[in-house]
Amino acid sequence: MKTKSNLEKVLESKIFAVTGELGPPQSADPEVIRRKAKILKGHVDAFNVTDGQTAVVRMASWAACLIAREEGLDPIVQMTCRDRNRIALQMDILGIAAMGINNMLCLTGDHQKFGNHPSAKGVYDLDSIQLIGMVKGMRDEKKFQCGEEMPVEPHIFIGAAANPFADPFEFRAARLAKKAAAGADFVQTQIVYNVDKFAEWMKMVRDRGLHEKIKILAGVAPIKSVGAARYMKTRVPGMDVPDGVVTRLQGVPKEQVSKEGIKLCIDIINQVREIEGVAGIHLMAIEWEEAVPEIVEAAGLSPRPRLGV
Amino acid sequence: MLISEQKPLEEILSYLEGEKSVFLVGCKGCAEGWNSGGEKQVAEMKNTLQEKGKTVPGSVVVDMLCDKALTTLKLRAHKQEIAAADSILVLTDGAGIQTVAEAVDKVVHPGCNTLSAGGAHAEWKEAERCLECGDCVLEFTGGLCPIARCSKLLLNGPCGGSQDGKCEVDPSIPCVWQQIVDHLTKLGRLDKLDKLVAPKKWSVSLTAGPPVKRLS
Repeated sequence: MKTKSNLEKVLESKIFAVTGELGPPQSADPEVIRRKAKILKGHVDAFNVTDGQTAVVRMASWAACLIAREEGLDPIVQMTCRDRNRIALQMDILGIAAMGINNMLCLTGDHQKFGNHPSAKGVYDLDSIQLIGMVKGMRDEKKFQCGEEMPVEPHIFIGAAANPFADPFEFRAARLAKKAAAGADFVQTQIVYNVDKFAEWMKMVRDRGLHEKIKILAGVAPIKSVGAARYMKTRVPGMDVPDGVVTRLQGVPKEQVSKEGIKLCIDIINQVREIEGVAGIHLMAIEWEEAVPEIVEAAGLSPRPRLGV
Repeated sequence: MLISEQKPLEEILSYLEGEKSVFLVGCKGCAEGWNSGGEKQVAEMKNTLQEKGKTVPGSVVVDMLCDKALTTLKLRAHKQEIAAADSILVLTDGAGIQTVAEAVDKVVHPGCNTLSAGGAHAEWKEAERCLECGDCVLEFTGGLCPIARCSKLLLNGPCGGSQDGKCEVDPSIPCVWQQIVDHLTKLGRLDKLDKLVAPKKWSVSLTAGPPVKRLS
């Protein structure tokens, strides 16, 4: 074991892992986090706390992680290169490790143009792959990016993101290989709605033997409405929502759409579980945390193992 | 006037590792003015590389390398020599290096770092090409610059927002990483992207480093 991460324990025990996601509030209210954390508790092995997702100002991921951890959960701090240069990143990494956070997801970050401060200066001193390499160097070699040594290293279980649906598709497995080579221990994918394309990507991943080097968690998410499905299909870059998903939701009475969305999510979980090399799911019920217990249970993934954090 | 200086010889030699022969290209414009890639420097580089055991099947120094039409024409006259070489080493600024990369289907190595445009533009005005970042990365990106043309300045791209060849930030912007992958695929050199590109030396860039008076 490289860290004290519960997620690492679950994955190393070859148990099909479940991670969740929690978005911090656009305010200084800690109660929002406590409420969401209580819903997730017991249903996930670890959970991501987003870091200014879509470039909207929210409570810092590390701070929300500390609040949520009081509820007894294993947080995954998300860290983007959009807002921090290598100096700030390393300071935050030392800080979160000192506070006992065991997991970190390394991201470049959503571009500032999409958020509520589009005229902000993006930093992008490092990209996500360089960030992964830097964390690994700190953890395994006790070295800062500049090469200087530190007496106490941060024990971080290193995560990365992958989008199997973005272009150029043929290069996507190669990019995952770079993340694995840089030192990522686990990867969470973009939300899977097109299972066939995901399976095709997984084949390319297995052909490179990557599933044996890095733990792959397939991203899944319930859809609440037909409008949300259409929006993701047409407006969100890098999302692949097949026509069948929209027509399935359209095919039920309006009051049952959210129920059908949950069923669809469970079906996708069952399908990706059958794909060789998938080590778990990353369940993103954003602003719909209440759906998590039901989905995890109905997918036969309850109760979660208690391996002791 | 784009101000450039030659990269350290060690760095250039590391780019040429595993290659036997290299065609040299220089520029009689800015690079000659700044002694980084004019007639004299190209001749010197030829000798240096031969001393290091490389073959140089030919070289050309173009009047204005960033003039794409002119460069394409001049390189065409050296078609056979270029075909005989493993790669092309270009001694000039980022704009000129990218002109060569686009004009010829061959791996192009940058021989210079671009320090500053000195307030001027290169002849190739159709798009932003070179942001004077001082630590040229074109070696790792198939001769197309992600510092000038990727919204997130990714050195190990593409990000998850590349779709149908466009950048997620604005569909009117081509995704340079799609172009990089396409270009290296065409050259059969996609393996060049396997390398993990290290954090960049921003300290020598005009926008992120100290305010250096490079013209003086």
